[in-house]
Parts: sequence; C-alpha cells; structure tokens
Amino acid sequence: MSSSLSGQIALVTGATRGIGKAIAENLVAAGATVVGTATSEKGAAAISEYLGEQGTGKVLNVTEAGAIDTLVAEIQKEFGKIDILVNNAGITRDNLLMRMKDDEWDQVIETNLTAVFKISKAVMRGMMKNRHGRIINIGSVVGTTGNPGQANYCAAKAGLIGFSKALAKEIASRGVTVNSVAPGFIDTDMTKALTDEQRERIFDTIPAGRLGRPEEIAAAVGFLASAGAAYITGETIHVNGGMSMV
Amino acid sequence: MSTIEERVKKIVIEQLGVKEEEVKPEASFENDLGADSLDTVELVMALEEEFETEIPDEEAEKIRTVQAAIDYINKHSA
Repeated sequence: MSSSLSGQIALVTGATRGIGKAIAENLVAAGATVVGTATSEKGAAAISEYLGEQGTGKVLNVTEAGAIDTLVAEIQKEFGKIDILVNNAGITRDNLLMRMKDDEWDQVIETNLTAVFKISKAVMRGMMKNRHGRIINIGSVVGTTGNPGQANYCAAKAGLIGFSKALAKEIASRGVTVNSVAPGFIDTDMTKALTDEQRERIFDTIPAGRLGRPEEIAAAVGFLASAGAAYITGETIHVNGGMSMV
Repeated sequence: MSTIEERVKKIVIEQLGVKEEEVKPEASFENDLGADSLDTVELVMALEEEFETEIPDEEAEKIRTVQAAIDYINKHSA
C-alpha cells in the first residue's frame, strides 16, 4: 500500500456512495485522513463506518446558509488543516428546457456550482498559508458536450471548469492547484436513473463499449492529489472511455 | 507586549518575505516591497486576524503603505 498522502487531510463532499465513496476510499488507501460529507446523519454514519479509523463522516447540506463555514472550521479544529478538497457533491434535475422550472435550474446551480465556490473559498486560506493544497472539482463530460434535458446540469458543470481555471491562476503561486475531473457515463445511482433507451443511445457513443467504474474516476483524482501532480493546474482530465476527446 | 507598529511590521515581514530594514513606514507594499494583488489581500487578511477586526474592501484598498496599515489599526482598535 502506498502512503504518498500520509499525514494529509482530505475533504470529500457527497461521499456516501458512487464516485464520492470511491474517491474517499482511494485517498484513504494512499494514506490520507478523509472527512466525507453526506446530507443526512444516516449517510454520515455510513461514511464513518466504511472509512474506519482513517476518516469520519459529517453532515453537510451545501445549500444551508453558514453550514459550509461551520464544517470547515470544525475540521480545522479537529484535524488542524485541510490539504485536499474534492468537490464531488452533485444533483440532477433533468427536464427539457421548455419544461424546466426555475426551481430545477436554481437547485442544480446552487448545489453543483455555487457550493463549490463557497467551499473552495472556505478552505483556500489555510491552503495558501501552508503553501500547499489541492482542489479537485468533479465535472462531467456533458459540461463540454451538452446533453438534452440537462441544460441546468451542463451549465453548472461547464461553469465549474471556468471557475477552476480562474482560481487556478489566482493561487498557483501559493502551491495550490485547482483541477477538474470530468467523468463520462459511470455506473452509479445517478446513471441508473437513465431509461433503457437513453442507455442504449449512450453505449453507441462510447468507444470503450461499457460504462466507467467509480474507481476509474477516483484514480484520476488520486493522481491529481498526489505530489507528482504539483505542476498540473487549471486542467480538466476527461475520464470517459473515449466518448469525447477534447 | 509589542506595539501596534511592531506587530504590523512583523506581519508585513512574514507575509511578503522581506527584510526588516526594508519595512520603512513610507514603503509601498506594491512598489517597494514587491507585493502583487494577492499578496496585499493576504496581508489585509493577516492584519484582520492579528487585530481581530474586519477591514472593509473600500478601506483595504487605501492601505498601500506600512504607515497606512499602522494608522488604520491605530484608528480602529480599541
């Protein structure tokens, strides 16, 4: 087992299942201590259980005012610092634009984009002081390619990439990198919600001929978190089985 | 207990990585001490932390020299 991240503290949002869980497990395997967030007490307890001694689950509702600052202060008090932030928490509220409610738009932008701004802002001060940090934002292939029925989600994920690039330029001189990982279609609860017809259509567009596994996203995140990736910033790593080559 | 002047100078030395003799009262953070815009933001935040105060953006913009920082803290600390 490699321990390249030993002594480092990571915060992973949306770590209950799917990609977030795989990321938390990857970072733990590399030696980091991980704080994973869930929206419920039950989810937080589940995270604490699978992380064991090398981490803990905490409740975070990213849209709740003040919740982010409170959590970040709590982690800093308990663990002393945050070295790695993985903004993974995300939701979908799919609808064709003609039918999309303001509410569906707002919720997705709030959770998938605004929360990333708030959490990044809350942790970057400590990272800048330490002259070391990794902010890794989980985007999506559809942020680059677009996808019908997901104008809100695509807008948030495309926004995330622009955000990452701007922040990367602002704080590169402080040893903090900001990158994105853009998954294609990964076998998670989020993609299980797709209809068979949608799946069939998607399969035809993936040269690898299969869905990706959450661990395959986590591996890219683990690399960006490592010391070896110190000179990579503002970059997006696409992990999509060849579905879209940017 | 250090004076406000000493504490401000100490923060400037730490944040900007400059030598003590360079931190003259009239020294400009950007022109004389080599600070970029991010350095000055960090400097203001470090001052806020040290003196437990909040410096509004429009005031922070005016803090361009060592003396200006000392004056601001003198005026706004109890």
